[in-house]
Amino acid sequence: MRVSETEFRAALLDADQPVPTGLHDSAARPAGCRFDVYRNNVAASLTDALHEGFPAISSLLGKTNMDGVAGLFLRAHPPRTPRLMLYGAAFPDFLAGLEQLAHLGYLADVARLELALRHAYHAADATPITPERLGQTAPETLLTARLTLAPALRLLRAPWPIHDIWRYALEPGAPQPRTEPQDMLITRPDFDPAPHLLPPGGAAWIATLQAGQSWSAAEDAARTEAPDFDLTPVLTLLLQGGAITDLIPER
Amino acid sequence: MNTTLKTLAVAGAVAAAMTAATTHSASAQAKEKCYGVAMAGQNDCAAGAGTTCAGTSKVDYQGNSWKLVDEGTCTSMELPAMMDGTARAGSLEPLARDVPA
Repeated sequence: MRVSETEFRAALLDADQPVPTGLHDSAARPAGCRFDVYRNNVAASLTDALHEGFPAISSLLGKTNMDGVAGLFLRAHPPRTPRLMLYGAAFPDFLAGLEQLAHLGYLADVARLELALRHAYHAADATPITPERLGQTAPETLLTARLTLAPALRLLRAPWPIHDIWRYALEPGAPQPRTEPQDMLITRPDFDPAPHLLPPGGAAWIATLQAGQSWSAAEDAARTEAPDFDLTPVLTLLLQGGAITDLIPER
Repeated sequence: MNTTLKTLAVAGAVAAAMTAATTHSASAQAKEKCYGVAMAGQNDCAAGAGTTCAGTSKVDYQGNSWKLVDEGTCTSMELPAMMDGTARAGSLEPLARDVPA
């Protein structure tokens, strides 16, 4: 008798189910408790992967709670690909939907930040433009131009102080989070993603360019959100992070 | 905001950001892979932190494990000599020394 994949999978994710009958090794001996060992390893390794991938969430919830949440998540969302580095994409939304954690409204956005850092790490390389290229282009031309941004760039907007909470969770002695919404930019200058807190209007500026609109439209969007918007720190972050990969003048 | 003011603002921001970014890249060090210099469990990994081989080296200065270091410092950094007195040095290629059995 053979075991169906569906049966095997169901038993793998539910320790209350019996070992599927018909599982044998090459000497025709039944799998028995060796299946339990395998079942435990699957859950334990995915739990470890979630701890590794979401260290701030793990720190905010504490190990025991995180183990519990991970156990629920891995059974609701088993891996869809064999690449563990991508595991957990559904975790932020899962956290948002957990009634028991509804009082920690910021958790999902902090998880989105951790996921974005990981995705930025694995994103494709790209050659940035030199800062001089911007300097050599007339401001009038820049205003009508569009920018191409690096594949590793990530932009996060949250109604919570995600940067402060994330730091507070991971960095001993970090200051208490401020009570303000925070936008974040992730760049990847060399090998490691670098998270940055954006000044007001910065996220609107970047998002407008990401949407394929002109520099001028980005200025307008930023000033609608923050009337005294200053582009300098935002542009400095993008240039230092190698995040601008092309400048496309208006045809 | 009218176009003239916008143009001025952009020109100012580009000039300031260019200066800041260029100063930064002049001081920022390029990195290179350096074999045989990481302490046990402190090696870097090409496939990413946490998920694969990072932090898997078993012994100090393991010859086939690497760490990213500032460019140009790999082979010249000082390392303690081996048990038998042979000098240790970092290498840009994997080494056969200090490899766990």
